[in-house]
Amino acid sequence: MKIDASKPLEYSTEENSNKIFGFWVFLGAEIPLFATLFTVYLVMVDRFASGPSGSELFEIGPVLIETFLLLSSSFTIGLAIHAMRLGYKKAMMVFMAITLLMGLGFIGIEIDEFFTYVHEGATLQTSGFLSSLFVLLGTHGAHVSFGFLWGAAIMIQIWRQGINPATANKAFIFSLFWHFLDVVWIFIFSFVYLKGLM
Amino acid sequence: MDLDKFKVHGEPLIYGAMISIALATIGILVGLTYFKKWGYLWREWLTTVDHKKIGVMYILAALLMLFRGGVDAMMMRLQTAAPEMKFLDAQHYNEVFTTHGLIMILFMAMPFIIGLMNVIIPLQIGARDVAFPRLNAVSFWLFFMGAMLLNISFVIGGSPDAGWSAYFPLASLEFSPTVGNNYYSLALQISGIGTLITGVNFIVTILKMRAPGMTLMKMPMFTWSVLITNIIIVFAFPVLTVALALMMFDRLFGSQFFTMANGGMDMLWANLFWVWGHPEVYIVILPAFGIYSEIIATFSKKNLYGYTSMVVSMLLISLLSFLVWAHHFYTMGQGVMVNSFFSITTMAIAVPTGVKIFNWLFTLRKGRITFTTPMLYTLAFIPIFTIGGVTGVMLAMASADYQYHNTMFLVAHFHYVLIPGAVFAVIAGFHYWFPKVFGFRLNERLGKHAFWWIIISFNVTFFPLFFLGLMGMTRRMYTYSEETGFGPLNMLSFAGAVGLAIGFVILVYNIYWSTRYMPRDTTSDPWDGRTLEWATPSPIPAYNFAIVPKVQTRDAFWSAKQDNIPLFEDKITKIHLPNNTGKPFILGVIFFFLGFFLVFSMWIPAIVAGIGIIIMLAAMSFDRDHGFYVSAEEVIATEKKLRGETV
Repeated sequence: MKIDASKPLEYSTEENSNKIFGFWVFLGAEIPLFATLFTVYLVMVDRFASGPSGSELFEIGPVLIETFLLLSSSFTIGLAIHAMRLGYKKAMMVFMAITLLMGLGFIGIEIDEFFTYVHEGATLQTSGFLSSLFVLLGTHGAHVSFGFLWGAAIMIQIWRQGINPATANKAFIFSLFWHFLDVVWIFIFSFVYLKGLM
Repeated sequence: MDLDKFKVHGEPLIYGAMISIALATIGILVGLTYFKKWGYLWREWLTTVDHKKIGVMYILAALLMLFRGGVDAMMMRLQTAAPEMKFLDAQHYNEVFTTHGLIMILFMAMPFIIGLMNVIIPLQIGARDVAFPRLNAVSFWLFFMGAMLLNISFVIGGSPDAGWSAYFPLASLEFSPTVGNNYYSLALQISGIGTLITGVNFIVTILKMRAPGMTLMKMPMFTWSVLITNIIIVFAFPVLTVALALMMFDRLFGSQFFTMANGGMDMLWANLFWVWGHPEVYIVILPAFGIYSEIIATFSKKNLYGYTSMVVSMLLISLLSFLVWAHHFYTMGQGVMVNSFFSITTMAIAVPTGVKIFNWLFTLRKGRITFTTPMLYTLAFIPIFTIGGVTGVMLAMASADYQYHNTMFLVAHFHYVLIPGAVFAVIAGFHYWFPKVFGFRLNERLGKHAFWWIIISFNVTFFPLFFLGLMGMTRRMYTYSEETGFGPLNMLSFAGAVGLAIGFVILVYNIYWSTRYMPRDTTSDPWDGRTLEWATPSPIPAYNFAIVPKVQTRDAFWSAKQDNIPLFEDKITKIHLPNNTGKPFILGVIFFFLGFFLVFSMWIPAIVAGIGIIIMLAAMSFDRDHGFYVSAEEVIATEKKLRGETV
């Protein structure tokens, strides 16, 4: 394994830079995935049959907290990667832990939100609008949950092996994924909640 | 739990299938045990991460599926061969035409192409491997398990029966209450994820791992076609992922995406399906164009005419392929403007395709042509595909389509496009690259026998369908009365289908015969090839190239031979290779069970399987296997042995 010392650790081998490029291509595939879900949602948004519409359902409070948590966690994962480049293992672990905890908080609020909706009689089965809402939010939420497990697995590896080309590469790719979830959330915030509340 | 759901009732043919599947399985298990091949199978194949072996497994699976889909086709042609036939009942016929379409496109044509791509692409670009070898194994096993899941549907619970396009509301729980369409959504989802991973893997491989000196515009045409194909895969397959997920939610969890009440919209399915489905057509056809380009150049002993225009036309086709999806449902109540837009974009595809046809003809012009088996398929492709293309332009006219829509004319058209455009291509590529992989050629005389059977019978089978369509015979009609007058042409078509079957049997017999009797090739360049894959010994060593080639021209190997431009100048050094791993196979098996449990709504086992998948992913992440090195001495010894020198 040839290590190129002139590059950051996460890019330092051919395998590493291929993995990062490959992950960008994968994110390229995630864009049509979410674009399709948004399209389905926008087609369905007014088809709420006898069920509630978005403006009757959405509450801005929890959504703002969710937004705050996810956007801040995107900042802290950036700090984690910065610490990684400086070789500060402990700081990196702390920032990753904060990131994942905020992710967990986000998931908790989203689950609570889903329970509230179902409690008010707005279920996946109620209308086309609600089906598409639950599937769009659920897909994003599933990504965040998966990201939580993934990030935790990487933390264990860094804790055990320290910062090396392999773990740095994994952490960097994970940070790309986490930022991407943030971008998707901004679209959800704008086109689902703000538009729905208007 | 209700065991009754697993049973399929009443069809002697399906009981026959059940017995033959059971017998074949027992036969394989007993055979493996008797010949003590379990260890060999596990070590050499199930755990392999070698792109060549993975490619061979893809091709084997595709050939198996060709026969499964072919039997479906024969049953359909037999059922409609004469008026009032009583061979299949309506339900069974529905299941047969649905699985025929699914299997031929998703589990035969595409894996065959992905198989050739796996074997050849790293060699053509002078690379030692694909970018992510273990992920490549994951792709294969997901595809394979998806295919198996669809295949067991006939005998456990019932097959999908709403057509390969599974239009709603027909495919909804209300109108298709059996588990068939659950199988549809899950089997396609699992293999589709595998395909998407392949797409990512090959884009990285081609863009990042080319031999030094091979710029994009020096890449062989097959590599170009595969690159563009994989870009289409990466953009189109996520749409299928979403469509299938929504279908699953509708059928398993009662959501309201495609229902007729509660705000659902059935046309949403048609749109999502074809936004993926139309590019899918080009996913199977563009690599075929690449294969033909290689074969025509090799056997005309000329450079490919119009290299740049070939690349540009493929890029245009890939772009247009995303802009035509609504031509699949002109008659389902769209406005005039929408139909006109899709009519024009559809016809526009004929332009870049025509450019390619002319380029091939100009490559042939004044060439020193040798009529080998792969070349014969290529030459037959040109006129037959043109018939398919011209009838395609006829169908592209929205107003005229009100006449042809859903008739046998359409069936004839797409068989005239897909069979020469994909099937002949993979057979040609199979004959062409076979000696590279196995070190001996297929028998030419048997190959040509099979060729003539297949080409003539193909036309006998499908040409009559154009006329049947114009006479008004709709597709998917399981029987008809004498007065319609459809009988004689259908009988002719059935006779053609028998001929096709004979052709394919000869093709397989050829593989068997050649394996036993053909002399081994010692030159490793039996066709006087042009591209880098012919510069390695055959069969190919695990590391592909002892020395990474340096490329200066297009068709690098040809110029190395003609103009003495050296390819291999560096010294042989140790080579890094990945270790085999059983994890991708195990992951695939768990995905199979997850799919199966979801099909039958068995929630607790499904959750267990889901957790199993997460555990496997974690296991792969924690894996610290860094592979191994082959020493320089070992490489030198292997090279000498493969090139027929004594060590």
